[in-house]
Amino acid sequence: MAHKVSMTVNGVTRESEVEPRTLLVHHIREGLGLTGTHIGCDTSQCGACTIIMNGKAVKSCTVLAVQADGADIMTIEGLAKDGQLHPIQEGFWEEHGLQCGFCTPGMIMSAYDLLQRNASPSEAEIRHAIDGNLCRCTGYQHIVKSIQWAANKMASAPAGDD
Amino acid sequence: MAVTKLFGASIKRREDPRLMTGRANFTDDVRLPGMTSMAVLRSPHAHAKIVSIDTSAAKAMPGVVAVYTGADLIDDLAPVPCAWLVPNANLVIPEYRAVATDRVRFVGDAVAVVVAEDRYLAQDAADKIEVEYDVLPAVVDQEAATQDGAPQLYDNVPNNIAFHWELGGGDIDAAFADADVTISKRIVNQRLIPNPMETRGAVAAYNPGSGELTLWVTTQNPHVHRLLIALTTSTPESQVRIIAGDVGGGFGCKIPTYAGEMIACAIAKRLGRPVRWQEDRRENFVTTTHGRDHITQLEVAAKNDGTVTGIRVKTYASMGAHLSTAGPGVPTWLYALMLPGPYTIKNFHADVYGVLTNNTATDAYRGAGRPEATYLLERAMDLVARELKMDPVAVRSKNLVPAGEFPYTSAAGLLYDSGNYQGALAKALEVIDYAGFRAEQAKAREEGRLLGIGFSTYVEVCGLAPSAAAGAMGFQGGLWESAIVRFHPTGKVTVFTGTNSHGQGHKTTFAQVVADELGVPFEDVDIVHGDTQMVPMGMGTYGSRSLAVGGAAIVSASRMVVEKARTIAAHLMEVGVDDVTFDSGTFYVTGAPDKVKTIQEVALASYLAWNMPEGVTPGLEATYFYDPSNNVYPFGTHVCVVEVDKDTGQVAFKRYVAIDDVGYVVNPMIVDGQVHGGITQGLAQAVYESAVYDEAGQLLTGSLMDYAIPKAAMLPWFEVDRTETPSPTNVMGIKGAGETGTIASTPAVANAILDALAPYGVDHIDMPLTPQKIWRLIHEQKG
Repeated sequence: MAHKVSMTVNGVTRESEVEPRTLLVHHIREGLGLTGTHIGCDTSQCGACTIIMNGKAVKSCTVLAVQADGADIMTIEGLAKDGQLHPIQEGFWEEHGLQCGFCTPGMIMSAYDLLQRNASPSEAEIRHAIDGNLCRCTGYQHIVKSIQWAANKMASAPAGDD
Repeated sequence: MAVTKLFGASIKRREDPRLMTGRANFTDDVRLPGMTSMAVLRSPHAHAKIVSIDTSAAKAMPGVVAVYTGADLIDDLAPVPCAWLVPNANLVIPEYRAVATDRVRFVGDAVAVVVAEDRYLAQDAADKIEVEYDVLPAVVDQEAATQDGAPQLYDNVPNNIAFHWELGGGDIDAAFADADVTISKRIVNQRLIPNPMETRGAVAAYNPGSGELTLWVTTQNPHVHRLLIALTTSTPESQVRIIAGDVGGGFGCKIPTYAGEMIACAIAKRLGRPVRWQEDRRENFVTTTHGRDHITQLEVAAKNDGTVTGIRVKTYASMGAHLSTAGPGVPTWLYALMLPGPYTIKNFHADVYGVLTNNTATDAYRGAGRPEATYLLERAMDLVARELKMDPVAVRSKNLVPAGEFPYTSAAGLLYDSGNYQGALAKALEVIDYAGFRAEQAKAREEGRLLGIGFSTYVEVCGLAPSAAAGAMGFQGGLWESAIVRFHPTGKVTVFTGTNSHGQGHKTTFAQVVADELGVPFEDVDIVHGDTQMVPMGMGTYGSRSLAVGGAAIVSASRMVVEKARTIAAHLMEVGVDDVTFDSGTFYVTGAPDKVKTIQEVALASYLAWNMPEGVTPGLEATYFYDPSNNVYPFGTHVCVVEVDKDTGQVAFKRYVAIDDVGYVVNPMIVDGQVHGGITQGLAQAVYESAVYDEAGQLLTGSLMDYAIPKAAMLPWFEVDRTETPSPTNVMGIKGAGETGTIASTPAVANAILDALAPYGVDHIDMPLTPQKIWRLIHEQKG
């Protein structure tokens, strides 16, 4: 039986009907058509589906769409504003933080969550913060540098554009 | 205006903005009108007869479009193909059907297929299919599988030996007869699971009107897929279109043509509706090919001065339950040819059994055969050093091919193109401060701390060529690459390449090269790959070949374009062709500085074609198929420093230094990224990853909860640097960079841990070197 849900996704209110069992990640990808959020596993290990829900990073494969009723959600599609890349995206570009790009949306969301909590994380803190996001291409070194780059950029020009 | 030379510049990747903003187009992102979802019911048993299948309940479910068994599809699909027919090996290719008909041979073998209006419904219906199995004994140990009385997978493959192959050079028996010391060691190179972050998927669409079959598929080689899909689905190759879109990592496991996409194609043709299929991770673990999985008896012959005179291996390679597309080539040619490595070892012999076992098929995984050879050889160097009480660096120095001897013919008959192996080793020793480390290690040992250092002085072979060699090795394809370089009338350039990036950044690197060659702005060069309707022919991306073969093809096509443009420019400027020079996008006339034509002006003139030279056709483009005369041979030295905690067995990485030589480098930032990722996968084999099966053939490490892909906090900071020895083989002087890290790092890490454990007298532990294994060893030694 379908349930009505309403959620704010990237600043836009989206009302839909979903099955109770529908995972939030499936709702985002299939129902809302936002395919930037990826699915990399079925055990909540890989973090490819990480989104920001009510201000915190969550793995959208571990949330039912009905649980997100009323939530404020940001997906990777909502991070760049007015054609301007977010400093984290700039950092990933500058420091070659991605290769195939499949883990990248989730990785960036986790980095966003970290930098909200900790504006100048150490290397160890960055590695710990992205421990729930698997990347098979980079060996993480350039991802660490990307997040450091973003932290520096955000510190030098505090952004109010989240 | 002079154009800045882009070769050698760390240009930011033009791929990235799309990928970072959610605008990528991976296979599972494809949406088509009327699209159905496919779910595959898979065998829970490693070996069983199918007694009966009842699909009636599934078929009756709302939203279910169709249900098929193997019997239903038997006429739609030829067997899943194997395309590496290794000669002189008594090779038998057992018949492997995309959907099993009477027998399943590995957990994950397809038994039935459901197509429904969405994925949830398809999965629900698959769960309603009743299959009765008669379970048979299984075998997953490839050595045991060859013994009389072992379970037999196929009636026509006695003792499960799909092939038996030998390769040798020199006089191996004499080497052992004349040796001062010999070493014999049983060494296991464990099975690994590639696990690209994007699982495999396919969307198949058939147009009954035109007869065109379009397949979006996660592949490293769209044209190979086109050929094999055409052959297996009885569709004319001219009517098969493969679109790779964005591919989320491959590492070799997206080379093969698999049952999954074949089934999707067959059903799309039957239904006339698009069929979408995407593995979940659990399916990926059991149906996408694995790598490595060798059991080897290694024998080494050496002289007292450290000269290694012979390497002999007897290897049992697990091929899994069938022979995958390139499977037989991996533990044969790609492995044994590199057993002499970077050393002047004159005698070697490889005796390889390719064995069928009740588990997932093996095929290329990053390095594919070369990591297996390099691991044995670099372990051998340390074993010889231990035996002769020599420094492992001294043993390596003693045996490395001297810098002045290139091109060098190895004992396996390969012509190593160029090298300075000692140069890379010397640089690594300097960066790591080797003497300083040994002093620190001695002090640490006095304090009861276990520090260790491990070396890997490697050479690898990549950019495999020429095609004639492929033929001699039984590979059913060429090893050339194609390129089309096309000017548009506006001066913009489109380049079509048959290689297919799945994270390597071809759209950036190739555009750098082309911008230099044509003297046009980087922004004006567009690179197209991954769509067989756009790119007529190609062989794909694997074996670190894309730049060395595909890039070199593009350079040659670019130069052909410039030559045609020179002819047209000379005509337009009313001078002889020999009087026209080309520099950075402009044609100049010798002795007439006011006469110039830009290549963009010539491009426009070539398409207007109002005033062409006699016999010159309109348009400005060139096609070139490049078939290199030889392979390329990257090399280097990797050094790892570890500290082992003797109370817990935990390994802490203190330093990791990689000095690689991949020839000239187009984009250093991208090469660094390749090296980091490569090291990570090789390091992970040494200490983290292993595919573990139980005796019944169940994969115990069948999820990301159980299979240890490294996380960010599990890795050291990599200190990466290079030497540059150009390859004489191709026009750019480049080698390959995709696999060096993986090939080099596994033995560097293992050697470091075993060096740390030297006080306990242990000289080998099979990988992965987990804390538990190390702890047990330390505590067993204590008694």
